[in-house]
Amino acid sequence: MEIAELSVLLVWASATALTIALAAFAIDLGRRTEARVEARAGARTPAAVAAGAGGAGRVAGGSASASPAAGPDVPDVPSSARRRAAGIAMSTTWLGTALLLAAIVLRGVAAGRTPWANMYEFTLVGSFVALVVFLVLNLRRDLKFLGAFVIGLTVLFLVLGVNVFYVAATGVQPALQNYWLVIHVGVAITATGIFTVSFVTSVLQLLRDSRDTGGTSLQRPGFRWLDGLPTPKTLEGLSFRLNAVAFVLWTFTIIGGAIWAEDAWGRYWGWDPKEVWSFVIWVIYAAYLHARTTRGWDGRRAAWFVVVGYACVLFNFTGVNLIFNGLHSYAGIETEL
Amino acid sequence: MSERTGYRPEGINDAFTEGRTGSEADAGADGTAGVTGSTTGPSSGRPELPALGWKGTLRWTWRQLTSMRVALMLLMLLAVAAVPGSVLPQRNQDPAAVLEYLGDHPTLGEWLDRLGFFDVYSSAWFSAIYLLLFVSLVGCIIPRAAAHARALRHRPPRTPARFGRFPATASTTTDASPHEVAEAVEAHLRGPLRRLPTFRVDTGSEEPRLGRPATRTVAAERGYLRETGNLVFHLALVGLLVSVALGQLLHYRGQAIVTEGRGFANAVVDYDTFENGAWFRPSSLSPFSMTLDSFTSEFASDTVAFAQARDFTAAVTVTEPGGGTHEETIKVNHPLVVDGAKIYLQGNGFAPDITVRDAEGEVAFGGRVPFLPEDTMYTSRGVVKVPDVSPGLDQVGLIGYFLPTAVVEADGSARSVFPQPQNPLLVLEVYRGDLGLDEGVPQNVYRLDTANLTASVDEDGATAKLLVRPGETVELPDGLGTVTLGEEVPRYVALDLRHDPSLGWVLGFSLAALTGLAVSLFTPRRRVWVRTWETVDDDGTTRTRVELAGLARGDDAGLQQEVDKALAAVPGTTDAPAADRTTTTTED
Ligand code: HEM
Repeated sequence: MEIAELSVLLVWASATALTIALAAFAIDLGRRTEARVEARAGARTPAAVAAGAGGAGRVAGGSASASPAAGPDVPDVPSSARRRAAGIAMSTTWLGTALLLAAIVLRGVAAGRTPWANMYEFTLVGSFVALVVFLVLNLRRDLKFLGAFVIGLTVLFLVLGVNVFYVAATGVQPALQNYWLVIHVGVAITATGIFTVSFVTSVLQLLRDSRDTGGTSLQRPGFRWLDGLPTPKTLEGLSFRLNAVAFVLWTFTIIGGAIWAEDAWGRYWGWDPKEVWSFVIWVIYAAYLHARTTRGWDGRRAAWFVVVGYACVLFNFTGVNLIFNGLHSYAGIETEL
Repeated sequence: MSERTGYRPEGINDAFTEGRTGSEADAGADGTAGVTGSTTGPSSGRPELPALGWKGTLRWTWRQLTSMRVALMLLMLLAVAAVPGSVLPQRNQDPAAVLEYLGDHPTLGEWLDRLGFFDVYSSAWFSAIYLLLFVSLVGCIIPRAAAHARALRHRPPRTPARFGRFPATASTTTDASPHEVAEAVEAHLRGPLRRLPTFRVDTGSEEPRLGRPATRTVAAERGYLRETGNLVFHLALVGLLVSVALGQLLHYRGQAIVTEGRGFANAVVDYDTFENGAWFRPSSLSPFSMTLDSFTSEFASDTVAFAQARDFTAAVTVTEPGGGTHEETIKVNHPLVVDGAKIYLQGNGFAPDITVRDAEGEVAFGGRVPFLPEDTMYTSRGVVKVPDVSPGLDQVGLIGYFLPTAVVEADGSARSVFPQPQNPLLVLEVYRGDLGLDEGVPQNVYRLDTANLTASVDEDGATAKLLVRPGETVELPDGLGTVTLGEEVPRYVALDLRHDPSLGWVLGFSLAALTGLAVSLFTPRRRVWVRTWETVDDDGTTRTRVELAGLARGDDAGLQQEVDKALAAVPGTTDAPAADRTTTTTED
């Protein structure tokens, strides 16, 4: 078997492991809710309050909820079942991530260069970064509730990647033979991976907030799992910290891209479609940072900026490559639109 | 005291500064510290509509423009306004596409054109948005910078009366005296660097109060760099805008096509096209010259990426204005820098050496003709315009393709199957008539208008096609003469030379912005307070009670750790019962 084929096989293996993780995270999320409901019932006794306050406060690093039951570390009754699901979820996620890493490395070996030069490879590495961010965050504190969603997105990306974006592994054209390929594109993918996790966090913030404030459609029992999440405020804070890191990386992506463009295309900025959309994304996240500090625009409204910003990130990655005909058309996919 | 809050743009929501006023006013005693939404200070609250004259209106407009809400609106507008430029063709990138669009959508196109949608990034509305944004930015940042300069001399805010409701607290009892505790914690918070303390720290004492005996206090604040970073970032954006604009005014750029063995001089007349900014002076062209020694290309020959370009290298000799020469190479991604001007390898192709003799045998045309590649196999199109040298003859136009690796099919059609010159072939159609070469009107050398010309045809009446290989001489149809293709097929490169004196500034301000941004986003802004006093234990021994509280700007995951570390610096607690060391975290 050729190395390139082995790499694809590993992507499928990774997607399979992650699908199992996805199921386990979903179960964990359901159990978390049961735990919460029972804790809520138990919270009327002073002992439960004391126990809860000790755990809940530490969860999201100091700014967590005062309501004991809202934290993920509630004293859970079906704890062993829940822990088993969570344990399976985390270990299969590690496994899937490791398999994906192997797939990426082999892809690089097969192509004889850095494995992030076209859409297919970008999809693999971006998913990998999102997974790593999720796993690393979980080393520090319990953010397993993000798992179902982050993993869900990455599985979707991987399947799309292999089925839609796949191109054969090969070298790259002269314009791409540059260490900036490693830096600029590498940082862009990292930022995208982090934006993915913060997007998930902000969406959960919006959902949880809607349920709390009585949005009718979210009152149905199907959304009871939302009660198991941290407070919207905690989610907001987590999303912000991720966005702050990703925004700095994105700023660097744009600067690095401009430096590279200056060498490769003879100008540092030319409003090429990719440049336009990178700029739009940057401005939206800058607006997000301003919204957070603007009275009346923080909280829910700020979270919407993250949703819009991430939609633009996805569009920049897919739509701009496929629809517009710019200098950046390195997707490796022939399009007739 | 509340004046110390300093300048804040209208409408800004800042728990930290508001928390400061909240805790300094003795209202803080009942625990409003850190609670958002308290409206204090002159610059908060909704702006009131002025009822007084134009001066008031001006001031009101200015306050609106520099408010956070308006900055937010302008940022959103900027994002939206940038989008059409990626959807519609833009004149400065692809003028041909704009013309095509105008042809396809006459009415809509005309309106879009009038509204500047084909020059979005230089349109009045796009410029208005970003200029307003920058006015707003300056109006908001200058007073902020002044306020920050004053704040840099401030001391940490006084120790609040009660710690109960702070987001992070801790307490312990120790055998060390309150004085020792205060000194130890102070030393810890200052950090090891004398000149660059982690925290700015004040120690003090309090009279007995609220049922407490006299106490020692420590008030500490860190994170002044955060605001510094924020200001550097915003000011660097202004610098970036100014330097980009200067570059637009001062730059020049020219394109030249150079064939192997030939050269060009850096002078306006030597370029095929030349374009410059409004403040450009021809004297800023450094008078060097350059010769193209050779050009080499490499293409993949494996099946996966067949014929994909792998490398282009132009070997050149540069002659400096002083007369010194040196050899250089230019590659894609590796422009050559000569005297601050950058020379890019923008394109390449073949420039076959073509000689045309007329019916009388006179050389009517001789020279290298650059053919423009039209596909990845370098199927290249070119035109030869042959003047009438001998009297009474027609002018002759040759249009055709150069095929580097030609394959001729059974039906006589030919195509190129590889970009390298492995089997070169020139395929020409012949036209005669008046090419307009005598009228002195400049012509596009790559196009021949055949509308008023007569094509040479073969027996079937189809346009005749001549096949010419290197070194061959072929008769032109209709007795028009002969055409000869040179033995060697020289290559040419399209060079793009650009000089923009602002580049260094643009880069410098970008990096300053990046650094400022990172500093402002990742520098924690925290305050830590300690209060310590003597108490008497149940068993009658005198011990020292220590309480700590922390407050952060915004949401700060590390605040509790910071308080815990300060707690760990308290001396003499090793034998204290574990239960006595408590740290707690509460919401708001
Ligand atoms: C070109 C336009 C602008 C861009 C790209 C921009 C970008 C940014 C970015 C990325 C931040 C995040 C840094 C941080 O949170 O510390 C920020 C913060 C900030 N910006 Fe801007 N900004 C712009 C214009 C303005 C204007 C017009 C104002 C004043 C009305 C303003 C006031 C602020 C303030 C006060 C902060 C700090 C927010 C805080 O306290 O955390 N900015 N800006």
